[in-house]
Amino acid sequence: MSLDAATVRRVANLARLRLDDAEVPKLQAEINGILGWIEQLQAVDTEGVEPMAGGSPNPVALPWRADAVTDGGQAEAVLRNAPDREGEYFGVPKVVE
Amino acid sequence: MSYTLEGSTGTWEVVCGLEIHAQVSSQSKLFSGAATTFGASPNSQVSFVDAGFPGMLPVINAECIAQAVRTGLGLNAQINLWSRFDRKNYFYADLPQGYQISQFAHPIVGTGVVEIALADGTVKKIGITRLHLEQDAGKSQHDQHASKSFIDLNRSGVALMEIVSEPDIRSPEEAGAYLAKIRQITRYLGTCDGNMDEGSMRADVNVSVRKAGEEFRTRCEVKNVNSVRFVMQAVEAEARRQIEVWEAGGTVEQETRLFDTARGVTRSMRSKEDAHDYRYFPDPDLPPLVFEQSWVDELKASLPELPDARRARYVALGLSPYDAHVLTIEKETAAFFEIVAQDRDAKLAANWVTGEYFAALNRLKREVSDSPVSAANLGALLDLISDNTLSGKLAKEVFEAMLEADEPPASIVEKRGLRQVTDMGAIEAAVDAVLAANADKVAQYHAGKATLFGFFVGQTMKAMAGKGNPALVNEVIKRKLGAPSG
Amino acid sequence: MQGTDFTIAEGLRALDRREISAVELTEAHLAGIAALNPRLNAYITVAAESAMEAARASDARRAKGEGAALDGIPLGIKDLFCTEGLRTTAGSKILGNFVPPYESTVSAQLKRDGAVFLGKLNLDEFAMGSSNTTSAFGPVENPWSRANDPEKRLVPGGSSGGSAAAVAARIAMGATATDTGGSIRQPAAFCGIAGIKPTYGRCSRWGIVAFASSLDQAGPVARSVEDCAILLRSMAGFDPKDSTSANLPVPDFAAACTRSVRGLRIGVPAEYTLPGLAPEIDALWQQGLAWLRDAGAEIVPISLPHTKYALPTYYVVAPAEASSNLARYDGVRYGLRVTERESDLRDLYERTRAAGFGAEVKRRIMIGTYVLSAGYYDAYYLKAQKVRALIRRDFEQAWEKVDAIVTPATPSAAFPMDEKQDDPVTMYLNDVFTVTANLAGLPGLAVPAGLDAQGLPLGLQVIGRPFDEETVFAVGAAIERAATFTAKPQVMA
Repeated sequence: MSLDAATVRRVANLARLRLDDAEVPKLQAEINGILGWIEQLQAVDTEGVEPMAGGSPNPVALPWRADAVTDGGQAEAVLRNAPDREGEYFGVPKVVE
Repeated sequence: MSYTLEGSTGTWEVVCGLEIHAQVSSQSKLFSGAATTFGASPNSQVSFVDAGFPGMLPVINAECIAQAVRTGLGLNAQINLWSRFDRKNYFYADLPQGYQISQFAHPIVGTGVVEIALADGTVKKIGITRLHLEQDAGKSQHDQHASKSFIDLNRSGVALMEIVSEPDIRSPEEAGAYLAKIRQITRYLGTCDGNMDEGSMRADVNVSVRKAGEEFRTRCEVKNVNSVRFVMQAVEAEARRQIEVWEAGGTVEQETRLFDTARGVTRSMRSKEDAHDYRYFPDPDLPPLVFEQSWVDELKASLPELPDARRARYVALGLSPYDAHVLTIEKETAAFFEIVAQDRDAKLAANWVTGEYFAALNRLKREVSDSPVSAANLGALLDLISDNTLSGKLAKEVFEAMLEADEPPASIVEKRGLRQVTDMGAIEAAVDAVLAANADKVAQYHAGKATLFGFFVGQTMKAMAGKGNPALVNEVIKRKLGAPSG
Repeated sequence: MQGTDFTIAEGLRALDRREISAVELTEAHLAGIAALNPRLNAYITVAAESAMEAARASDARRAKGEGAALDGIPLGIKDLFCTEGLRTTAGSKILGNFVPPYESTVSAQLKRDGAVFLGKLNLDEFAMGSSNTTSAFGPVENPWSRANDPEKRLVPGGSSGGSAAAVAARIAMGATATDTGGSIRQPAAFCGIAGIKPTYGRCSRWGIVAFASSLDQAGPVARSVEDCAILLRSMAGFDPKDSTSANLPVPDFAAACTRSVRGLRIGVPAEYTLPGLAPEIDALWQQGLAWLRDAGAEIVPISLPHTKYALPTYYVVAPAEASSNLARYDGVRYGLRVTERESDLRDLYERTRAAGFGAEVKRRIMIGTYVLSAGYYDAYYLKAQKVRALIRRDFEQAWEKVDAIVTPATPSAAFPMDEKQDDPVTMYLNDVFTVTANLAGLPGLAVPAGLDAQGLPLGLQVIGRPFDEETVFAVGAAIERAATFTAKPQVMA
């Protein structure tokens, strides 16, 4: 599977990574190299194999938590690291829908 | 008769499906322990998990699972004992993690069906495709600042149930009825409060049009419609827009739109994720959700009676379908009615509740939840009618007094001396006096003017300060007058 | 003996016997850091004041007879663990001056047990790398150098290069690290120290900056197998805040280090004999097996047929999960923000992320985004997770015949920092022996076993059954006893 420049740009878009024109060819070559190497997975017969769910070596089920308010009430801590804090809110460039 | 729209090239059908987002009623959020109450000060109900801080991890709320299962049971749907959470990846200011935890491939609830009743009396089945659990996003405010939007993450991470219908809806009325029905079910079950003005329930409306006999054409999605009325308007507005496009020779593009409530039209949304490539994959932080059938059965056994079943039971008690419908729209109303009707004439109770009582609520701008009179007292009033202590008219007077102070009716009757008079001697005396004072009318009556009977009744009641037993008054007047001649 | 010569086990004994105080231990290590960190660059942030404060508090506790399991032991914390009130960078510019308002569960448990934190250790950016050359805060130098080329700076391995280098150079008594594809075991081997990645779920991931959620695990690096066991005991344990955390009791790992290996069956996977495997590595591997045989273990050839697919599987799964985990670094709530006057929200995201992420991170985000994108999920991510299941099955079948598996830890000794890396895939091959344990969720330990012809350390790897770190420690300790690895790096406190 080989990516063309347009696809590289589309993927960068999806990932919200700004790419200069100059960067595209190198990135394209590197990614294609990696993808070419990954291609060998297609040779593996995985008919009827259940994909591994997450990383646990033994199957586990989702643990449940009781419904209680145990968190929040910490607006200061939540906002403290904000690059643009507007009072009690996070500020971002205005979004028009 | 099915709903159609006329275009210049012919008759069009409307095909519609709804995706309803219902906030789960729970203390804390789906994957964090922050609170869910509406209207808190900005960013005060936010855990670091909800804010997408580095290293934060989700842990699921057991009650949210139960609420989803209860709702699924209320939708007569398949409950999936194994389901899974997936990440839906996209960038937006109100989505701190850069992905929403949702269920894509394996939802907790599968196919189901609900019935909707239409104005012409028909009952239609609307299929449910699925119900899944997912996180709600935060809120952006765009009008507080000239060049900035303000982000409040209180809502980020609140549990949502997304209820997806089959594209079985064929008219604005059906769309409205379906949304109302889903809302009613979740309110009955206590799984979502359905407060659309607070955003607890929102609908995305999928609309397409077609000529009779055709396959489905392209549909558009109208997002975040927050009332039954707007849903109905949006269906029609979007259908009309699409018909215009097709008839002008164009093609309807699949897109996401918003309903402009002021102008009554839909418009395209700007700059939403272009290709809608959400790159779904199973969330590796969450093993599969698994529970036993025995737990589902326990939940089912403790479900409250659902509106359809309750309505059928009321009809079996002798209520008209209309009254049964009106009394069961809201669970609180039905509960109130049942106390009033307990060990009493159900029809009498229904008449009073849907009549005088509802009128009073309207007038006083009150709800059943903060009722001016207790169900017990209203029931006691009905007892006083049934045992002839009060006539219907007197009962209304007593009821008015009860609205001012929720007193037991018996004490009002005593205090105001409103007991109905059934003493024949008193009635005869009053009738004699009225007939004597209106000899001319008596003569007219005997000459054939039968309608004067009502006049005599009215005068007698007036003389008795309204307390005469109407049936006895009628009987005495009839006897004393004799039959009208002619 | 000076303060930096103690292992953790020795240090605890010396502290208990009042031969040394926590303050003296910490001072010695801080002095070492001051002297050597400018060259090694193992620490991104040194927390001298709070370390001294913690050391004083520890001495006070001990004086009252209230000492805990690690009281007074000075450790370094990989800068991937969020530490409350102490800047955390993940080796990246994108976190800016982020100061976490919370402490990771693993580091909190170390604090609970009385450890002293010397500072935050350097790493490959977002734990993506095998050389610690991708950090935004500069590369880390391996304290070891080649006998025939002592000026040539070598990599310590990665991503936990700072952790391994600090411990090897004795400017930390032990350190926390994380391992997603080998990031504990490979740098431990390159720096001549021990390190263990426990079973997936053994340590909590809460508060650790996530790279690949189904692969990441925290673990210790230290100068001995026993020290790793002591640290792991404090680090491990069920955490209800992590839904993948195993609800199992934590055994006394240190006790397992003295267990005999007599009668244990040691597996040797045929597929780990790579074509072109350096003869020195192979020789050391054979030597390790001989030691175990001498100690009474049985050596059993096994086959793990899907081994060769492990690296490509890893390079689908890890970038995919990373591309999603790193989406939160967007300049909105914390960290770096880059805007222009006319920026809209999208522009803010794009500029911030372009400026904040390094080249390797961007590459992996791109790969990950691509393999998850519409039309490719089945062919890549789903396929890889199926192959992963087969890799796990290979091990499950092996456990019917053996109790532990021994392999080389790395395909080479530490390589030069300036070795040209035009092809990312070449770098990825460093993890060829280690990724299988991450994919299968199994515990894996690296133990220094010998030196190559240049005097550089070489390590062996022990892999065990799920949650059987005890057998892994027993086998590792047996190798360590037989190897009598006493060589020291050229740069040392």
